[in-house]
Amino acid sequence: MNYLDFEEPIQKLESELANLRETAASTGTDLIPAITEIEERIKEKTHEIFKSLSPWQRVQLSRHPDRPYTLAYIEALTGGDFQELHGDRNVKDDKAMIGGLGKIDAYNCMIIGQQKGINTKMRQYRNFGMANPEGYRKALRLMKMAEKFGLPIICLIDTPGAFPGLEAEERGQGEAIARNLIEMFQLTVPIICIVIGEGASGGALGIGIGDRVLMLENTWYSVISPESCSSILWRTWDNKEQAAKALKLTAEDMLGLKLIDGIIPEPLGGAHRNHQGAFDQVKKSILTHLPKLLKLSPEKRIKERIHKFESMGVFNE
Amino acid sequence: MWFKRTKEGILTSTADKKETPEGLWYKCPSCKGIVPTEDHAKSLWVCPSCDFHERIGSDEYFSLLFDEGKFKELNANLTSADPLEFSDSKPYPARIKAAIATTGLNDAIKTGHGKMEGKEVVIACMDFKFIGGSMGTVVGEKISRAIDYSIKNKRPFILISKSGGARMMEGALSLMQMAKTSAKLSLLSKAGLPYISVLTDPTTGGVTASFAMLGDLNIAEPNALIGFAGPRVVKETIKAELPEGFQRSEFLLEKGFLDQVVHRSQLKGRLSAFLRYLSGPVSKN
Ligand SMILES: [Zn+2]
Repeated sequence: MNYLDFEEPIQKLESELANLRETAASTGTDLIPAITEIEERIKEKTHEIFKSLSPWQRVQLSRHPDRPYTLAYIEALTGGDFQELHGDRNVKDDKAMIGGLGKIDAYNCMIIGQQKGINTKMRQYRNFGMANPEGYRKALRLMKMAEKFGLPIICLIDTPGAFPGLEAEERGQGEAIARNLIEMFQLTVPIICIVIGEGASGGALGIGIGDRVLMLENTWYSVISPESCSSILWRTWDNKEQAAKALKLTAEDMLGLKLIDGIIPEPLGGAHRNHQGAFDQVKKSILTHLPKLLKLSPEKRIKERIHKFESMGVFNE
Repeated sequence: MWFKRTKEGILTSTADKKETPEGLWYKCPSCKGIVPTEDHAKSLWVCPSCDFHERIGSDEYFSLLFDEGKFKELNANLTSADPLEFSDSKPYPARIKAAIATTGLNDAIKTGHGKMEGKEVVIACMDFKFIGGSMGTVVGEKISRAIDYSIKNKRPFILISKSGGARMMEGALSLMQMAKTSAKLSLLSKAGLPYISVLTDPTTGGVTASFAMLGDLNIAEPNALIGFAGPRVVKETIKAELPEGFQRSEFLLEKGFLDQVVHRSQLKGRLSAFLRYLSGPVSKN
């Protein structure tokens, strides 16, 4: 278990709890009342910390090393009834963007998402969840296939951004994302997009055009990361907390600005402390929205999808 | 992002205007050649010695493209609000107010309709001098409404991009303008109307990752910087020097992302020719 700075009080209590349990086991002493008391205190402390998180703390949570990533969600949502599909049929298979066919409850779906690595080696392999143009083109290929067979599309968003590399530019990173945006608006099947971690800019939006766009409670979605925002505005990364606040990037802010359709609650203490709890919430949310979307005609879905995005923004006239 | 201050281009164009006894002179930032500003304007702000295309704004492009420079502006009165109550070195509304005062523009885009070589067209043109041509809600909304106008009146749509990308002070609202404009372009496409994207120096960030790359035809002015990530970011990522000509128009043409690179002096004629071809199987002139 990894702990963030503001999770330290929880860490302290949890190590106390571990010690007590060890003592109880090795000495045979009855420490049940003490253990129960500490467990209660952990719950209270967690509740206290999580009820007033700052935007920057949400950003930290969205990147928590113990947080579940896309493939873990897919495994849980489909109960393992999933087949990954590879390649953009043009350049290569992008490991930072994964997708495939799976069954969620009664529904055959195309599930797509950015994938981060779970350890140092895998982080490299997954390019830290930063897709190249091939990733966006693979995603589009799979979405088009879903459309052909009438399958709903589930997009799980978790990326620190589209990869800003030399080859990505040569192969048209901008064009690849742009193409996905225009194509996703006209897809005849239902699309549900869920930000499960980081929703950074165009890299996130590239699979983010949905009939429903939802965010997990401890995630962020914006035009730029707080660090980059800070470095542009103040020429240093030190003001990232201030930048996180200024950008209004939390799920609550995004809902308030009418840029997303809903927030999916996380278990107490965040998705990283209770993976199954997070999976259950996401599944519940998909199963709430999907039947409603399937009832609409494709024309109506597309019309409403476009109408939602065209209403986004605030200006004076 | 829009914020990177450039040494070339619009800043030097005013900074290098020197009062001399003979009048105003323009010093080309590329070849350092000197021309009277009047002659420079007559050559469409292109250096007569080295073809350096100086950054120009919507007024210049509209005068260049619309017949006799005549057009009707659309939604001129839209201005930015401050939904995030964003403040860095100064509050966003103050920044907008200052930009309006210094540029005489209401935001980073102007949209209008009129005739180009006798044919009705809708043109949107970005202005780099307004907060780096950054795309906030007003830019997205004006493009959307211009496309609506195109569809309603069955007119081709031309968009001249010149932008550092999304406008940070509007956060995710600016990001969603990429989605909004793409949504409208999907409707324009369904209506079978031509969309020509003209990419000029610079076109980067969210603008490249949305409407700028979505033309039926993508054409660019010579040597324009065009990319998703800015060159500085790419350089930091690869930790090496960038190859010569990287992310310039000719590079993108070679990589397959542009249909043509067109000299500014030929822009109007070429756009008109494209629209004639795209008007249907039987040529009307
Ligand atoms: Zn020159």
